[in-house]
Amino acid sequence: MTRVWALLHRDLRLAVREGGAIGTALGFFLVVVSLMPLGLGPDLNLLARIAAGILWIALLLAALLSLNRIFEADYEDGTLDVLATGPLPLELVSAIKALAHWITTGIPLAILAPVLGILLNLDLNAYPVLVGTTLVGTPAVSFLGAVGAALTMKTRRGGLLLALIVLPLYVPTLIFGISAVSASAGPSGAGSSFLILAAVSLVTMVLGPVAAAAALRIQIQ
Amino acid sequence: MQLIAEDLVIDRGSRRVIEGLSFAVRQGEALVLTGANGIGKTTLLRTLAGFIRPFRGSVRLDGGDPELSVGEQAHAIGHTNAVKTSLTVLENASFWNAYLGPDAPSRARVDAALRHFGLEELGEFPAAYLSAGQKRRLGLSRLLVAGRPLWLLDEPTASLDAASSERLVAAVDAHTATGGIAVIATHLPLGLERAQTLDLAAQRIAA
Repeated sequence: MTRVWALLHRDLRLAVREGGAIGTALGFFLVVVSLMPLGLGPDLNLLARIAAGILWIALLLAALLSLNRIFEADYEDGTLDVLATGPLPLELVSAIKALAHWITTGIPLAILAPVLGILLNLDLNAYPVLVGTTLVGTPAVSFLGAVGAALTMKTRRGGLLLALIVLPLYVPTLIFGISAVSASAGPSGAGSSFLILAAVSLVTMVLGPVAAAAALRIQIQ
Repeated sequence: MQLIAEDLVIDRGSRRVIEGLSFAVRQGEALVLTGANGIGKTTLLRTLAGFIRPFRGSVRLDGGDPELSVGEQAHAIGHTNAVKTSLTVLENASFWNAYLGPDAPSRARVDAALRHFGLEELGEFPAAYLSAGQKRRLGLSRLLVAGRPLWLLDEPTASLDAASSERLVAAVDAHTATGGIAVIATHLPLGLERAQTLDLAAQRIAA
C-alpha cells in the first residue's frame, strides 16, 4: 500500500509541477466550447438543445491532449524499465497512472463543464446531472486512454495515432453521457443512462489496466 | 546464490548478437563485460534483466527468491537515469526508496545513499539543474536506497569524474563483499575487487 501511494503521489506531484497538461486541457475545453455559440449563432433554443453534446465532445477531445504523457515521459527517462521490474505488477502500475491522469485531468474538466454550460444556455435543471455524468464518465476516458498511450508510447508524435485508436472506444461513454443529460429534462429521468455510463467506467477500470500492461510488456522489449 | 546464463542466443532485429554464451557469476563476485561498441553488452544486460527474451537459452538466479523473476531481484541501470527533472534530488531518491524498498521507507537510508554519491548538499535542488554527472550519480543512488542482490550496470561511469567513479567502485565492492552479485559493462578499467572479465569479442570468435 505504501508503494501504491508513493507512485500515485509522485504522479500527482509531477502533474502539478509540470502543470502544462492540466492547463492545456482546460484551456482547450474553454476555447472549443466558447467557439460554438460564435459559429452557430445566438439561437438560445438551438444551443440549449445541443449543449450536452458539445460539452461532452469537447471534454473528450480536451482529455485526449494529455493522454500521451501517461507513459511516454516515464519511458523516455527509463523510469518505466524500473517500474516494470518493481514490486508492483504492471497492471497495478497502469491502473495507478490512469487514476492519476483522471484526478489531474478528468476531475478538473468535470468541474469546468457546468461553468461552460452557461455559455451554451444549458437547462438549469441539467446542471447536477451534467456534473454527475462527467465525474462518473471520465474514468473511462483515462483508463481506455492508458491502453492507447501504452500502444503509442514509442511512436514519435503519436498523439494523432492515439486519438484514432482511442476515440472510437469512447463512443459508449459519449452516447450514455449525453443521453443522461438530455433525459434529465424529460419524464423518464436520467437514471438508466447514468447507470450504464457508470457500468462502462467500471468495466474499463478493470480491463483497461490489463490491456495497457500487456501493451507495455511488448513495447519494453 | 549464483547468476547462471546457459547457452544464450540473442537476436536483435534479425541480427544475431550473442551466440551460445554461457557463464556463471558466484555470490560475492562481479563480472565485467568488455568489448567494442555494438558487440552486445547492452543487449546481454537487458536480457539478464528480462527486458529482452532470448532466442534460446536461459538466465536464472540460483538461491534467489523463487517467487520473483531475475529482473525483479536486480537493479538494472542502463543509459537512462530514471530521474524526474521536476522533482528535487531528495524527492527522486525518496520515491525509489519507498517504491522499491523491501522495508518501510527510511529517510536514513536515502540520506546515506545520497551521501555516498556526494549529493547530500543538493537534496532540495531540482534535478533539472543538475549536471550530467550529478544526474548520473542520482540515478546510481537507486542502487543504495533499496537493496537487491543483483546489480546490472551498463556503462555506469559514463559522464562521471574520477572521484565519482571511485565512489561507484567502492559501492560495488561493498555490495559484493556482503554477498551481492554485479554484472558491469564498461570500457574503462574499474579496479574492482573480486571481479572476473568476460570479453564478448573473444567469446564471439570462440563460438
